[in-house]
Amino acid sequence: MTLGRISLVVCIVLLALAPLTLSPFRLGLLAKYVCFAIVAVGIALAWGQGGMLTLGQGVFFGLGGYAMAMYLKLKEAGSAGLPDFMVWSGVEELPALWKPFGNPVFALAAVVLLPGLVAFLLGLLVFRQRVRGAYFAILSQALAAAFVILLVGQQGLTGGTNGMTNFSQFFGLDLTDPNGQRAVYAIAAVVLGVTFLVAKLLVRSRFGRLLVAVRDGEDRVRFLGYDPAVVKTITFTISAVMAGLAGALFVPIVGIISPALLGIVPSLELLVGVAVGGRFVLAGAIAGAIAVNYAKTLFSEDFAEGWLYLQGGLFVLVLVFAPKGLAGIVESVRYRLSSRKRAPSTPVEVAA
Amino acid sequence: MTGAGSPTPSAALLEVRGLRVVFDGFAAIDGLDFTVEEGELRFLIGPNGAGKTTLIDVVTGLTKPASGSVRFGGEELVGKREHHIVRMGVGRTFQTATVFEELTVVENLDLADSFRLPLRSLFRRRRGVSDAVASALEAADLTALADRPAGVLSHGQRQWLEIGMLLVQKPKLLLLDEPVAGMSRSERERTGELLHRIASTHTVVVVEHDMEFLRKYARKVTVLHQGHVLREGSVAEVQEDPEVREVYLGRAKGKAVT
Repeated sequence: MTLGRISLVVCIVLLALAPLTLSPFRLGLLAKYVCFAIVAVGIALAWGQGGMLTLGQGVFFGLGGYAMAMYLKLKEAGSAGLPDFMVWSGVEELPALWKPFGNPVFALAAVVLLPGLVAFLLGLLVFRQRVRGAYFAILSQALAAAFVILLVGQQGLTGGTNGMTNFSQFFGLDLTDPNGQRAVYAIAAVVLGVTFLVAKLLVRSRFGRLLVAVRDGEDRVRFLGYDPAVVKTITFTISAVMAGLAGALFVPIVGIISPALLGIVPSLELLVGVAVGGRFVLAGAIAGAIAVNYAKTLFSEDFAEGWLYLQGGLFVLVLVFAPKGLAGIVESVRYRLSSRKRAPSTPVEVAA
Repeated sequence: MTGAGSPTPSAALLEVRGLRVVFDGFAAIDGLDFTVEEGELRFLIGPNGAGKTTLIDVVTGLTKPASGSVRFGGEELVGKREHHIVRMGVGRTFQTATVFEELTVVENLDLADSFRLPLRSLFRRRRGVSDAVASALEAADLTALADRPAGVLSHGQRQWLEIGMLLVQKPKLLLLDEPVAGMSRSERERTGELLHRIASTHTVVVVEHDMEFLRKYARKVTVLHQGHVLREGSVAEVQEDPEVREVYLGRAKGKAVT
């Protein structure tokens, strides 16, 4: 408990000090990791607490990201103009789908509601039919593949393979200026904090206990008078909203949103961090997401090809030897230390 | 929930009529009629494959029958989803007690207790222990283990926890599937006492193989055989019935009714 408190305070201090010490380039990278950490909290809820192995979080990340990108593009184009990529694609009039996204309130609402609604409807459909385990995982992965195909196919509407890029303004902040970048980083860090807090409260509530019960004995929960489909749908929706928020923040931070960031591979990469950090512990999932993405940057700078193998190897190693991830290792070390402290009361000495 | 329905003019709490359950062409239950009155403690016995657990599965919505009806307080249960049936007041335990091992004993009971809460209040944290949970802890003799994960409980304690989870839900009808199977003698005795206390305030149906347990605690017994009711009566009546003897002696000598 106290160790958890201490590490929480250390993390907050580190995140708060980062803008003062890191170069704008490194701070931008950290801000990107923070986005992935927000997704990781959602995955830890759905997968760690709820047992739903969701391999398609990229879809919800993308829905949030595209909603935000559409608003920023329209804002930049002004009241008369079209977003740059539409001009290149030969689109002459703003598509009807785009029109409401000129309104900042609508766009911000869409960032949350779009992923939430898609996850809610999908969850209701899938969980009521008692689709679970590997079948759910495959289904969510197929969803990510389909989403990418859809985005690539609608060149004039979504920017196709290239997606959308060149963002210079974010709600009055200049994204080319280090101060503007610091402000966006601060927003992302605060959103991560709020996300973590919401997830923590959820896990500790009765609903959180019920979620664990559904994970460990879905059929038994039915005979307590609860509908597991409702519990899973709500959780899946919350995790999708978190991914959507992260996607929306990713756009001003990294300056691009494209199908290559949302497909099967990026969706899996989101999962690797959570697995390495420990999916059963929210803080572990956050730490894992940041650490794995940091490692990815480090290695990609020197040998980009090797990273994929390293990441795959890491994933397998963790699943085989430490299914509870780093958080699980920390936990067992703490357990051993505390039992060693108790040991002197017994005369028998442990040989090892 | 649908209180406006028209209950049949009968004092029976549970009425099973013309029930037929088929698994892959094999009729596990065939033409079964079974009635339980309000306030009864009923034992259900029969050799393996007689259809005892299947009957409970049908009543609780786990298995869909090929034909027949199951009425509870006059309302049809067939076709309803499991958690709706629980909310109508039918509770059950399983042959192998299933409790949530990662949750503490008190959390297990609290979840059982909270099932009628509106969804939004589930998002709050549990504060303390409700009276129902406290008395269930006591009835199940688990007060000392309240904050331990249920995974550390012994087989017998799990059964009691499961019965306790049932009790806090205040069901109108309890269906217990082999509550003393695999228990030690002293555990069986304590379960019997627990059962007696529960039966004084609830309607209970118990599936049980254990003859000694039966003689000690049963009032009225229903004998199932090959998916239908073979005999119904007091323990003594059933024990002396030649047909019942034949069924048990012919199938498993070890379980002879003596």
